[in-house]
Amino acid sequence: MQVDGLENTGRAQPILTARRAGLVACSVCGKVHAAGSDRCRRCHAPLHSRAPASLQRVWAWWLAGLVAYIPANIYPMLRTATFGHETKNTIVGGVIELMQHGSYFVAGVVFSASVMIPVGKFIAIAYLAISVRYVSALRVHTRQHLYEVVEFIGRWSMIDVFVVAILSALVQFKFVASVHPGVAAVSFALSVAFTMLSAQSFDSRLIWDADEEDQE
Amino acid sequence: MQVALADDGQTEHLDLEGLIACPVCDALHNLHPVPVGEIARCHRCHSTLMAPRASAMTQIVMLAASALILMVAAVFFPFLDLSAAGFSQESSVIDAITAFSDGLLFPLSFAVAALIVVLPAIRLAAILYVLGPMMIGERPARHAIPAFRLAEALKPWSMAEIFVVGVAVALVKIGGMAQVHVGPAFWAFVALVVITALKDTFMCRLTVWKTLEERSQS
Ligand SMILES: [Zn+2]
Ligand SMILES: [Zn+2]
Repeated sequence: MQVDGLENTGRAQPILTARRAGLVACSVCGKVHAAGSDRCRRCHAPLHSRAPASLQRVWAWWLAGLVAYIPANIYPMLRTATFGHETKNTIVGGVIELMQHGSYFVAGVVFSASVMIPVGKFIAIAYLAISVRYVSALRVHTRQHLYEVVEFIGRWSMIDVFVVAILSALVQFKFVASVHPGVAAVSFALSVAFTMLSAQSFDSRLIWDADEEDQE
Repeated sequence: MQVALADDGQTEHLDLEGLIACPVCDALHNLHPVPVGEIARCHRCHSTLMAPRASAMTQIVMLAASALILMVAAVFFPFLDLSAAGFSQESSVIDAITAFSDGLLFPLSFAVAALIVVLPAIRLAAILYVLGPMMIGERPARHAIPAFRLAEALKPWSMAEIFVVGVAVALVKIGGMAQVHVGPAFWAFVALVVITALKDTFMCRLTVWKTLEERSQS
């Protein structure tokens, strides 16, 4: 361990942050600048002590994601035509069908990716965005982990979109069997993209600021 | 560069060049050179600040180059071979993306092409462009800085590994309708995913930024 924390000698202050020291840190490369600098001299990224209007952008993308998630569950994800007979499957319908075929593990994967992860993500982002304003029951490290999990796992919701794209591109045997994507495939893909943008808009430094204020 | 900062009446002089702020939680640290093989963590949020590795640049360049070559194979070689009721169909990823562009499939294949082929390929190319000259000790290429920022920004949007899981699920779903044989492109994709993951664990973001900065000045 060769990185030292800057301890404030003889003070009860917890931790010296760049903002408390009157400096601006780059969130891309970590370089520290004097206050008022507007571009990072190392990586040229725009500098902000805290991302401007972070929470507003989080909520805007969150809402867009939620709005897109509703039709994704109502309308069919997949239209399968076999010998002229068409069946439509919603997200949940697809999971049930997999279970009827006995593929419980795959059904579990699709259910997690398409239902549990998106729903959990909406709740987690909302909780994080609210908790920076109010005193939170979860410890700050737990909230940071929650944020990392949301960022890491959110992308995996795309599985079902890829499944639909692969099936509809490959299963094209004219009259015998053909698969077409439904409206839900597009709105679900949009919902995942919007919630990814929502999570990316969140400035994780806000979690730690809230903690700092609690201690004062 | 020296900055005087007043902190509750006490004035400290901090050398900005020797400081690093944790990108996750904003805590300030004095940065000494981190020995190869060690991991420097933030003392506040414990996220990894730096984890330099021996000859990491060379390894990353080699891995990124192999991943890019595998990407070409994955796109143009046969991916899946389906047969059902006397029909047989062999398709590559590029066939699948270009062949069916009716209605809703068009925006969908556009998005899929971007997420599994275009964005990962751009990201790999940007990493090669930035780290290639640095590996042989040259000055960074022009626009290396925006290129590396692009590579970092594209990371969450490169979804080749999710696609591989998607293919596995699709194979189970097709199982009832048709016989499926996976082609060489599928295995190229799997290898590509493993190599990209390995490359990302070798890559220490802050070390690359610091090296870029030092080399651009010299
Ligand atoms: Zn920077
Ligand atoms: Zn930190």
